Amino acid sequence: MSYLEFLGNYSDRLIDGSLITLLQFVLAALVAVAAAIISGLIKLAQLKPLQAVATVYIEIFRGTSLLVQLYWFFFVLPLLGVSLEKFVAGFLAVGLCYGAYGAELVRGAIQSVPRGQWEAALALNMSPAQRMWRIILPQALVIMLPPWGNLMVEILKGTALVALISVPDLMFEARQINNNTYLSAQAFGTALVIYYIFARFVVTPLMRWLERVMARRIGRA
Amino acid sequence: MNDDTGRYPLKLEGDNIPMVSFRNVTKKYGDLTVLDRLDLDVAPGEMVTIIGPSGSGKTTVLRSLMTLETIDGGVIYVDGEPLTHMEKGGKLVRANQRHLRRMRAKIGMCFQHFNLFPHMTALENCMEGPVQVLGLPKDEARERALELLGMVGMSEKSDQHPSRLSGGQQQRVAIARALAMRPSVMLFDEVTSALDPEMIGEVTNVIRSLVDQHSLTMLMVTHQMGFAREISDRVCFFYGGSIEEQGAPATIFETPEKERTQQFLSAVLQAN
Repeated sequence: MSYLEFLGNYSDRLIDGSLITLLQFVLAALVAVAAAIISGLIKLAQLKPLQAVATVYIEIFRGTSLLVQLYWFFFVLPLLGVSLEKFVAGFLAVGLCYGAYGAELVRGAIQSVPRGQWEAALALNMSPAQRMWRIILPQALVIMLPPWGNLMVEILKGTALVALISVPDLMFEARQINNNTYLSAQAFGTALVIYYIFARFVVTPLMRWLERVMARRIGRA
Repeated sequence: MNDDTGRYPLKLEGDNIPMVSFRNVTKKYGDLTVLDRLDLDVAPGEMVTIIGPSGSGKTTVLRSLMTLETIDGGVIYVDGEPLTHMEKGGKLVRANQRHLRRMRAKIGMCFQHFNLFPHMTALENCMEGPVQVLGLPKDEARERALELLGMVGMSEKSDQHPSRLSGGQQQRVAIARALAMRPSVMLFDEVTSALDPEMIGEVTNVIRSLVDQHSLTMLMVTHQMGFAREISDRVCFFYGGSIEEQGAPATIFETPEKERTQQFLSAVLQAN
């Protein structure tokens, strides 16, 4: 079978899988951003009990394997009475895992906003929440966008693991095709190229664009 | 904090209440005493300049007045009311956040490094406080901000971000931003120290015009001795966390009594 024939036969499944991968990526990214901001802020706030929760979250999700976490979400949580759709379990586990890394980015970026900015905001008598949301976070966002670009690519590639709990994503479809046809090079080669195209020509340009927009808003471009 | 607040009044009363009053104020960083039982009164409308060697506590005076630092002893009063403390059950206790926010409304501050918000234009910098903190409608805040930017000669740059402005221009916007909150007391913390020499004049001119209006109480820390002498009502020479000598500018600069004042001034004037 020529490669063109291969594509003719299996492009539908590869496209379906790619769309699921993109969807998993977008949802996982949203979960990661939310988890990162919340736990990053909590770690900075002087609220002891909450701080402990955030620390435990970050340690567990950063210190253990994403695949094991995925299996926990899908196979173990139901035993504890929490049943998740495999699709939900997929992006939730990936998002929470990378959110734990993101939390450190959020914390570091907030801490690297110059002290004078806090002081100027306080001298204008702004409340702690106003200081954070209106003065510090917009500046922290610009600082943390480049490392977030990296993390977004990681999240995209991390979603390949959801195939192992049978979410029909790109990797899942490639494996199915391989199992049925033994055309390993074609199946996994095509998946490889598609992942690369997504990372290189979708996620990265999007993040660069965001960096430019934010830099312009801060008057640096 | 030593619990000796019983001997401080709950409120300053009588005639001639100072706008700012430091009573026996002590501030320590670990073993280092930065303010040592400081007493300092500033009358309404008065312009007081603080000079002294580095580490003498000059900047800490302004920072504790802006509540950027907490003090370890004594009480600071603003407009007759305790700033660092508040009344509770007939006694003075440490001020809570609510009290601090109410009192802070009376004070504005300009910093050595301007600290403009880089993600906002000059105009937005000046509108941020009035809109977010005072709750002014946007058009009213814009009008007020434009008027002040005009006063500091920055009307034409009101749409620029701070990164497009020179140091002198940024500092003038920072002064307008602080004034937009209509404070009773303005603090200037070495506002010309980070500026190139040719930009110092444009900032001192703005401060000079504020002094001419006589409506603000001002405290200024500066190394510009000529400027201090020209515009101050009173000059305080700080040494070791308290006032070594104070008086009218002419007296302090021409006939200082204390040896440390003489040494400091001759060192500074020589350097110039």
